[in-house]
Amino acid sequence: MRFGIVTFPGSNCDTDAYHAVVDMLGEEAVMLWHKDHDLQGSDVIILPGGFAHGDYLRAGAIARFSPIMREVTAHADRGGRVLAICNGFQIACEAGLLPGALVRNGGQSYICDTIRVRVENADTAFTNAYRVGAVLKMPIAHGEGRFVAPRPIIDALEGEGRVVFRYVDARGEPTAEGNPNGSTDGIAGIISAAGNVLGLMPHPERVVDPLLGPPDGLPMFESLLARVAA
Amino acid sequence: MKYRVAVHILPREGILDPQGHAVADALHTLGFNGVQDVRVGRHVVVDTDAETPDAAREAVRGMCGRLLANPVIEDFEIASVARA
Repeated sequence: MRFGIVTFPGSNCDTDAYHAVVDMLGEEAVMLWHKDHDLQGSDVIILPGGFAHGDYLRAGAIARFSPIMREVTAHADRGGRVLAICNGFQIACEAGLLPGALVRNGGQSYICDTIRVRVENADTAFTNAYRVGAVLKMPIAHGEGRFVAPRPIIDALEGEGRVVFRYVDARGEPTAEGNPNGSTDGIAGIISAAGNVLGLMPHPERVVDPLLGPPDGLPMFESLLARVAA
Repeated sequence: MKYRVAVHILPREGILDPQGHAVADALHTLGFNGVQDVRVGRHVVVDTDAETPDAAREAVRGMCGRLLANPVIEDFEIASVARA
């Protein structure tokens, strides 16, 4: 199975994603420059974290018009899988691949921390190797991670099981204390209506190596392998 | 003809604006107790070729729709159109 990892000017988690796919999952990955127009036969596209185009204007606003986004959008329209992490999530929202927007954290400051998310839906191509209700520890590193959307969209996301990850506290409860950035309903990750585009602010690709602690992010990559390769 | 179009882009009413809150708090600390609400946005100035002022205004409106503003979270308002 081949993963295509897009590097925008300012991406800084692209090699972490490569490490997760190649060294930990044992699958193939190709690095795709944002000016390319060829996904090189990738089965899954990863839009990685970073500060694409300096986050100028709004995070993701300029990256969504990078040349390769035309092919990424066509891939998603065909039902191809896209994993959009952190800045990638911001880009996916700006590109209309996912609803809503990521705005300045509620507390104003940039947050670099390890947080907890609960798996709200384990019946997706990205989460089938998790148990629903499992609480995962993952790092976050963002200034604009507060998920917002008009109420009818939030209600639809909740009602359709498209809220895949939710911030929770140490007891596994979705409290204000457990919500680092003030996201609506503690939403940390959502999936497209067709189930093929997942966006999340936490960084699964940074917690895949047991050397660095519990590899809570690895099952996301294993889920994709199980579903896409099947 | 060259026109200079200025546009205000602000967080939508109803969307929590933490920057605006922080500035309002600071203004209260400074004794500006009449301050009710502050929203912080962007002011973008575009110099563009266009046939008429209306055409310049429409062009910038289109730029806002596609790139300069995000309709999910922001409102925009053309502040001025002038010969540049």
